[in-house]
This record gives sequence, structure tokens and C-alpha cells, in this order.
Amino acid sequence: MSTPIIQFKDVVKAFGTQTVLDRVSLAIPTGKTTVIAGGSGQGKSVTLKLILGLLNPDAGAIFVEGRDITRMGRKELNQVRTDFGVLFQGAALLDSLTVFDNVALPLNERTKLGRKEIRDRVLSTLSQLGLEGSEEKFPAQLSGGMKKRVGLARALQLQPKIMLFDEPTTGLDPEKSMEIYQLFHHTQQQYGYTSVIVSHDIPKIFNLADQVVILNHGRVAVFASPDDIPRSADPEIREFVKKTMGDVYLSREMESVP
Amino acid sequence: MCFSRGRCRCLFPWVSISTSVLSAGKFRDLAGFSIGGFMLFHFVERLGELAACHVRDLGRMGRYLLLTFLGAFKHPFRFSEVVRQVRIIGANSFVVIFFTAAFTGMVLGLQGYYTLRKFGAEGVLGSAVALSLIRELGPVLTALMVTGRAGSAMCAEIGIMRNSEQIDALECMSVDPFRYLITPKLLATLIAVPLLTLIFNVVGVYGGYVAGVHLLGSNPGAYFVSMQHSVVNKDINLGIIKSFVFALLIVWICTGRGYFVHQIRNAGFGAEGVSRVTTQAVVLSSISILVWDYLLTAMLL
Repeated sequence: MSTPIIQFKDVVKAFGTQTVLDRVSLAIPTGKTTVIAGGSGQGKSVTLKLILGLLNPDAGAIFVEGRDITRMGRKELNQVRTDFGVLFQGAALLDSLTVFDNVALPLNERTKLGRKEIRDRVLSTLSQLGLEGSEEKFPAQLSGGMKKRVGLARALQLQPKIMLFDEPTTGLDPEKSMEIYQLFHHTQQQYGYTSVIVSHDIPKIFNLADQVVILNHGRVAVFASPDDIPRSADPEIREFVKKTMGDVYLSREMESVP
Repeated sequence: MCFSRGRCRCLFPWVSISTSVLSAGKFRDLAGFSIGGFMLFHFVERLGELAACHVRDLGRMGRYLLLTFLGAFKHPFRFSEVVRQVRIIGANSFVVIFFTAAFTGMVLGLQGYYTLRKFGAEGVLGSAVALSLIRELGPVLTALMVTGRAGSAMCAEIGIMRNSEQIDALECMSVDPFRYLITPKLLATLIAVPLLTLIFNVVGVYGGYVAGVHLLGSNPGAYFVSMQHSVVNKDINLGIIKSFVFALLIVWICTGRGYFVHQIRNAGFGAEGVSRVTTQAVVLSSISILVWDYLLTAMLL
């Protein structure tokens, strides 16, 4: 395994009296897919916001490509953030802009590309993600699945090295979530990004995972492969797996992993 | 981003130290030797907490204003967005301003005429109407109408963008949300409100003319001549300065409340948070407009 692209070292984050992350250390390998799972309120989204520098940890360090983002100024942080692509839970498209303008936004704001080139790039990404013909629509006119796809198209515009997905399939029916997962798979092969997926769509999400991180009461358990989870020695993890996936998963008569 | 990263606490380290000392267990034990002592201590603790909360809020808002100003000097400058905002804030407010001004002027004409007639001074009706409009009512009423019409809309818009993570999304794309979102609104309001104020003044003066001269029969020539004699440049300047200050207050308070919807004490979450914060923004900005009206008048008159 190559050097990790993101690394947490003894990260502590508390809100009021509740400690969400308690001396968490983990490494996210380059070019692979890491799934962060865990029950509600166990700090999954907080982990994502820490990686993005939207929150600061109370203690510890977070390294992105070997640089500690917790001790960075605004300018440096913005520099690091250009390597990130984020798909937010509700896609976070700007309501006042059309689909085209939303996807073109990072190119308009962050690059010096000409109008025609931007147009070509945006239209090719949109058609790649099956969104032809909706470029003049507004986000409010789109279905949940389409919003996610537009969000993905926007995040891919600056060729990110790391893609972060915050609960990508919440609120989608099983068929649509499968479609989204397939899109992740294809785009990752094409763009070669490292992907970090926060999700509670277990066990389906494990089909995508190279590495699984389970958050539970502020502690983490890292598994090199989803197959290792049922073999965990930690009783709390076993309990969590049993609760979320059922006994079937624990007894290893689970769905096949491609 | 600095606000959401919890750095603004560093602006007021003594505040957090004092609150943490106040709530530290051993001090509570010391004071808890009697019930009265404990209640007093509890009161002081709450008071300190409240004060710290407001000071923090003020610091946040100060920093917010600074970053909004700095946004005007960052590239790329969003000229077309400024123009669009001038249309939304300024041009679309024209009808409201027109009616408010017309009827305010007419009421001034009526009231002024009846009052002045008691002293046989109907001749100075024009100057009375014009001076009250240019110095006071024009800037204040325009600002209040813009707060109600455009300020509330700005606050809700930014608040919803914050709640649906659109502002986070901008930051993650390394797009400065101040330059992108707030600065165009600031510049547009600074352009639109003084212009609306001038329109208000003109419409108001003619409203007074309709009521005083056409309906009540005051002398048409005297109406304008008395105005020419009494209104000087200083009056007009005062009105313009006021309208600039009010414009700044409107943008600062209205967009700022929306921007910090997730950090404002007792605001609640989601749609309720946005609604409360919008109410708060309109109330706060209306009050500050009136307070600053007095202060500016006292300073510049």
C-alpha cells in the first residue's frame, strides 16, 4: 500500500460535553475507496468536515498529502481544498443557478478557461453522467438522484484527487442508489481519485469499499477489507454489525462482493 | 473557514476564560455554602454567559463586515451579479418607494398646511415639506422599506443557503463566499438605497404639492420659491450620508444574520431557524436605522 493521502493522528473533537471523536487515528490510502460507517450521531459527518477543514479538531493533527491542515492559514487551506471534490448530502447546488451554471461554477471561478472551452467541458461531463438536455433546468426542478449527479458533475470539474461523499444515497430508492454507486465506480476508474464515502447504507455500500472505517462512541475500528468486519474481536463492533446488518452478515452468508 | 472553524473565539480569549472559570466546579462549591449564595452565583454565571454570547456575536459580525469589504478587492469581480442585485434591490423596490413617498408627501402637505395656516404661514409649506423629506423622512422611510422588501429577502436567501450547505459547498470549491455572495449585495445596496432616497424626495415633494396646492389651494409659486430659499446643499448632503449609512446597516445586519443562522443563540434549526433569524434581522436593522438616524443628525447637524 502506498502512503496514505489523508491521515488522522489522535484527533479529538467534542461539542459541549459530548466527545464525538476521542483520539482517533486512521489513514486513508491513495487511490482506494474508504467507507466510513457508523450509527447516527457517531461523528461521520464531523469526520468529513474535519477533512475539509470546515471544522477544527480540539486536539490532534490531520494530514492531507503530508501537510497538517489544522495549522494552516486560509490561503494554504484553499490551496489544499482545490484537490478536493465534495458531494454533499443534499447535493448543495446553488438554487439561483441553472444546472449548467452550477457545473460551470468551479471552472468560471477557479480557472482562466475561455467560455467555449468551459461549455465543452461542462456539456461533456453532463452527457457522461446521463444529464443531457437538463442543463437549463434549475435545481428545484430536479429529482433527488439527478441532483446528486449534477453535484457529482460539479465536483469532478477541477479533476479532484480526493472525492468526499456525504451520505450519497440518502433519500434515494434502491434502484437509484445502485445507479449512483455504478457512477462512482465508473468515474473513479476514469479520474483515478481517492474516494471517501460516509454512508449508513450498509451492507450495500461495502461492495464499493476497499477499506472500511466504523465509528462507534468516539472510537474507530479500521478494517482492511469489508470481509474482515464479521471477524472483529471487538464486541461493540460485533454488536453494531449485528444491529445494522443482521445475523446473516455475521454468519458470513452475505451478499456476494464483486 | 474561519467562522465555522471556531477561530473567532480567539478574538475574545478572556471571555471564554471567564466563563470557564465561572462554571468551574470548585468555584461553584465555594459559593454553594448557602442557597442564597448559590442563586446569586447562578445568576452571575448566566449573566456572564449571556454577555459572552453577545460579545462573541458582535465580534463575529465585525469580522464579517471586514471580510465583505475585502471581498470587493478580490478577483474575479462579479460585475454582472452587482448589476443583477441592483435590479433586485433597487429597481424592483421602485413601486413601493413611489407609493410610500407620494402618500408621505401628501400627508406632510395636509398636516403642514393646517398647522402653518394657524400662523398665517402657508407660504412656507414648500420649505417645510422639502426639509422634512430631504433631511429625515426620505432616508429613513426608504431604508425601512428596503429593509422590509429586500433586507428580509436577502436574509432568508443567505440563511437557506447556509442551511442547505450551499455556503459550505462554495468554500469547498475554494470560492470565497464573501466575494461571491455578500459583496455584490453590499455594493448593490450602497448604489440602490441613495438613489431610491433621491427618488423618494422628488416624489414626496410633488406629493406635498398635490395635497397643499391642488387640493387645499396654497400658492403654487410660493411652494417652490420657499423651497429654493430654505433648502441648502448641507441638507441634501446630510440626507445622502444618512442613506449610505443606512444601506450599510441593512446589508450588514440582514445578510449577516442569515450567514450565521447556525450559530445564533436560540435561533433553532432548519426552516424555523431561518424564519426567526429573518424576523430578528428586520427588527434589528429597523431599530439600528432609527438609532443611527438620531446619532447622525446629532453629529452632522
